[in-house]
Amino acid sequence: MGASARKGSILHMEGRGFAGNDTIAAISTPLGEGGIGIVRISGPEAFQIGSRLFRDPSGRRRRALKAWRLRYGVVVDPETGEEIDEALASAMPAPHSFTREDVVEFSCHGGIGPLTRVLDAVLRCGARLAEPGEFTRRAFLSGRIDLAQAEAVIEIVRAKTDSARRLALANLRGGLSATVGAIRDDVVGLLAEIEAAVDFPEDDVAAPDRAEIVRRARDMETRLRDVAVRARRGQVYRDGVTVAIVGRPNVGKSSLLNALVGRAMAIVTDVPGTTRDAVEDWTSMEGVPVRLVDTAGLRETEDPVERLGVERAEERLDEADLAIVVIDGSAPLSNEDVAVLGRASRGAGGGVVALNKSDLPQVMTERDVAPHARGMPVVPVSAREGTGIDALEKTIAALALGRVAGVSEGGVMASTRQREALERAARALGDVACGVDEGTPCDLAAIDVREALFWLDQITGRSASDDVLDRIFSEFCIGK
Amino acid sequence: METAHVVGIEVDPDGAAGGVVTREHGSLRAAAVIIATGTYLGGKVYVGDQSWCSGPQGQRAAVELGRGLALLGLRLTRFKTGTSPRVRRDSVDVSKTEEQRGEVLPFGFSFETRGTRPDQELCWLTYTTARTHEIIRANLGRAPLFTGAITGRGPRYCPSVETKVVQFPARERHQVFLEPETKDGDIMYLGGLSTSLPADVQEEMVHSVPGLEEAEIVRPGYAIEYDCLVPTELTPSLETKKVPGLFTAGQINGTSGYEEAASQGLIAGINAVLKIRGMEPFVLERSDAYIGVLIDDLVTKGTSEPYRVMTSRAEYRLSLRQDNADLRLTEKGYRLGLVRPERYEMFLTRRRQIEQEMRRLVSMVVPGDAATARTLATIGTTPLQSETTLGDLLARPEVTYESLAPIDRERPRLPVDVVQVVEIELKYAGYIRKQRDQIERARRLEARIIPPCVDYWSIAGLSREARERLSDIRPRSIGQAARVSGVSPADIMALLAYIEARRYHDKTGERDAGQAAGC
Repeated sequence: MGASARKGSILHMEGRGFAGNDTIAAISTPLGEGGIGIVRISGPEAFQIGSRLFRDPSGRRRRALKAWRLRYGVVVDPETGEEIDEALASAMPAPHSFTREDVVEFSCHGGIGPLTRVLDAVLRCGARLAEPGEFTRRAFLSGRIDLAQAEAVIEIVRAKTDSARRLALANLRGGLSATVGAIRDDVVGLLAEIEAAVDFPEDDVAAPDRAEIVRRARDMETRLRDVAVRARRGQVYRDGVTVAIVGRPNVGKSSLLNALVGRAMAIVTDVPGTTRDAVEDWTSMEGVPVRLVDTAGLRETEDPVERLGVERAEERLDEADLAIVVIDGSAPLSNEDVAVLGRASRGAGGGVVALNKSDLPQVMTERDVAPHARGMPVVPVSAREGTGIDALEKTIAALALGRVAGVSEGGVMASTRQREALERAARALGDVACGVDEGTPCDLAAIDVREALFWLDQITGRSASDDVLDRIFSEFCIGK
Repeated sequence: METAHVVGIEVDPDGAAGGVVTREHGSLRAAAVIIATGTYLGGKVYVGDQSWCSGPQGQRAAVELGRGLALLGLRLTRFKTGTSPRVRRDSVDVSKTEEQRGEVLPFGFSFETRGTRPDQELCWLTYTTARTHEIIRANLGRAPLFTGAITGRGPRYCPSVETKVVQFPARERHQVFLEPETKDGDIMYLGGLSTSLPADVQEEMVHSVPGLEEAEIVRPGYAIEYDCLVPTELTPSLETKKVPGLFTAGQINGTSGYEEAASQGLIAGINAVLKIRGMEPFVLERSDAYIGVLIDDLVTKGTSEPYRVMTSRAEYRLSLRQDNADLRLTEKGYRLGLVRPERYEMFLTRRRQIEQEMRRLVSMVVPGDAATARTLATIGTTPLQSETTLGDLLARPEVTYESLAPIDRERPRLPVDVVQVVEIELKYAGYIRKQRDQIERARRLEARIIPPCVDYWSIAGLSREARERLSDIRPRSIGQAARVSGVSPADIMALLAYIEARRYHDKTGERDAGQAAGC
């Protein structure tokens, strides 16, 4: 009994392996990127495999690996003894490792060649190639991290900017779990109080104060909505936003794109309508990844080629999260400008008006534009000289992050699954407050309290659900 | 049918129960054995400083049987319960007490009983006095609960009067209910005065209560300590895991109370028969009935004191109502052959009436005329804004089925119990729907059955504590496993992964997973 479990063949889940009893290995850095790549080995045979492959610089095998030490040496072919690559090796004994198993990591030269040769050697020594997410899955199953932390690992892997990475790291240390956990404790307290009166209604147990229940439920709902807003911000930090640069022809859209990106991307000429199709690039504003999309000038035109560009630009504007409407401050406001302003302000996320060419004599001020901007902030810039670009970036980042009055600053990383659970928990608490306020018996409101509890537990993985594991770990890539 | 004193369980060579050994008739063979020992198993009665081996009311205790069960490897624990003194009815002066009338409700215990029962008995309420508490305090040195003589755990929720006096020193009085023990008998039960103080102290104490000054004690109150099984020894069908074919019910399973005992007797009986017939066990879920809550709590979590069903123990209590008890359970009973055809016909009629009336109410649009406006104003609810059905109106907190009568002219004549279900179902439809979703969600985990022979030590990713607890409890489903204390969500994930793995291997024809688990 259990013998085959130790072989590691038994615990296959729809083809994805998971077992704590065999040794797994994978390259755990992105292939082809970075100067250093890491081969990670985890499991009961990690040390044995590691020491078969690792030699100190003078070629000795004895004590080349040492627990808790980063050792310099070489990885050799287990059969021929031939040197594969030089490497730094670290050995982390269970349970003080990421997976709570024995872990050995070889930091080798990056690049596909040496890394795959090292991995191949490890696999020939008896390790199994890890399935996607298997290291994290083991960390989760060993109790090393909770579900929210496991999901943070995905976020770190996917993070595009430092801000996103920092948020994900905070989650890995338990940020989201701690925030949600504190609210959960209050929800449990509320449930206990409501239920205390259920058993002995005629006894001395004080009937719950209805106004107090309403107040507390509302407070918890507000705190959850706050987390939800910060989670949306976290999503902005992770996935970024798409910003379309629009305006009538020849107001300097392409120059502004180049100024924002910091290098010449779009071809800039004085000929109106030069940009026929969208040019785009990623940049970072205040830590928010921004995909800038330059578009053809928006104007009524008979030219079928230009007409095509205009249609495409309008599509881009519709797809974008935000718009930068570029207006030429050295020329009077035209009907075309007003049309573009109206068009952009109707977009999903609104936008910002860049009053360009501030280096030239100004015909218009912010005050002239504001009445037509329909609430969009106006920022004077000079794309050519690079002035006002900082202010423009700050404004765009603020819009993207949705700074809402009363909601605390900062973001929190949450997966789509977790954001949905946050939303449903908040809604359930709202139902508690409304119900009790309208005179529903408290015992019935307990159903909504339980509902909130269920969704909060879905966030941290405190309550079991039969599909959550798959949904999470299927998002991973190999080596994590 | 034999009446005999059971001294042991017979176990066949295959380890299953094969009958009982009695003092009077020797061995009696049986295909299944159900034991319901009440408080007789190893019973020991305490009255003040005296104690002796006995069952309740002076009957013999079952001493040998307890030892026999322990020898079978079953773990036993010791609980305690108590009862109050009984007094002669005509020695009580009820004029000094408050009359307590029974509630006049048009409902019986079963839906076969319709209409109110005219023959309800009166009870009375009186209170302990400062003098009563003084007497008790002065004699705590002779109270076995406080001298350490009684070690068994008693129920927290119906403590002895001496415990109440010690635990709530600020309370000036405690309720005492005077209840005739039988309809025509002359014995009165003193509810709230459960005690194991010495008989002479009880005499003094009873006489210090208004209305009981002259009361003649027929039988003093006493505490009784008894053996019971650690209920995690049982499966949800109330069969012991170690001795197949041996079922237990009632106090022996760690419960206290009549309804608790009776319901377990029913479940144990059903399952003993199913076992003999080689059929699947009958298990009620937590969302089916309080019986499901009771048994699941016992066999999953165990209990450290005599267990009583409390409303708050049921997470789905909005669905577990008296008015829909038959809707939840009669069908199941009928399938088991426990419900007579006539009764089943009655049930079908009631269910049809309920469904028809609910459909009628949610589809019947209220006319927007002056008569309606007048009725709504009388009820004190807001006027109609848009097209509204009777069902919509009934959902308003201030509206009742009765109050809608003037505008509901096509209303059929229906039994009051039918109206009650309909009213509750429509009034709380939103909450009932939410709870139904929660039940559905939980049921998905209850439906994930864990193979009975699984070896928890061979499953990767389980914590040591989870392995120990799960090996002990042997839950039948993932849902039950999640309720075992010491089992974390991560353990549940590992279990789910394991079950998936087995399914996968079964599907792909690889048998090693099943073999590994010893199946």
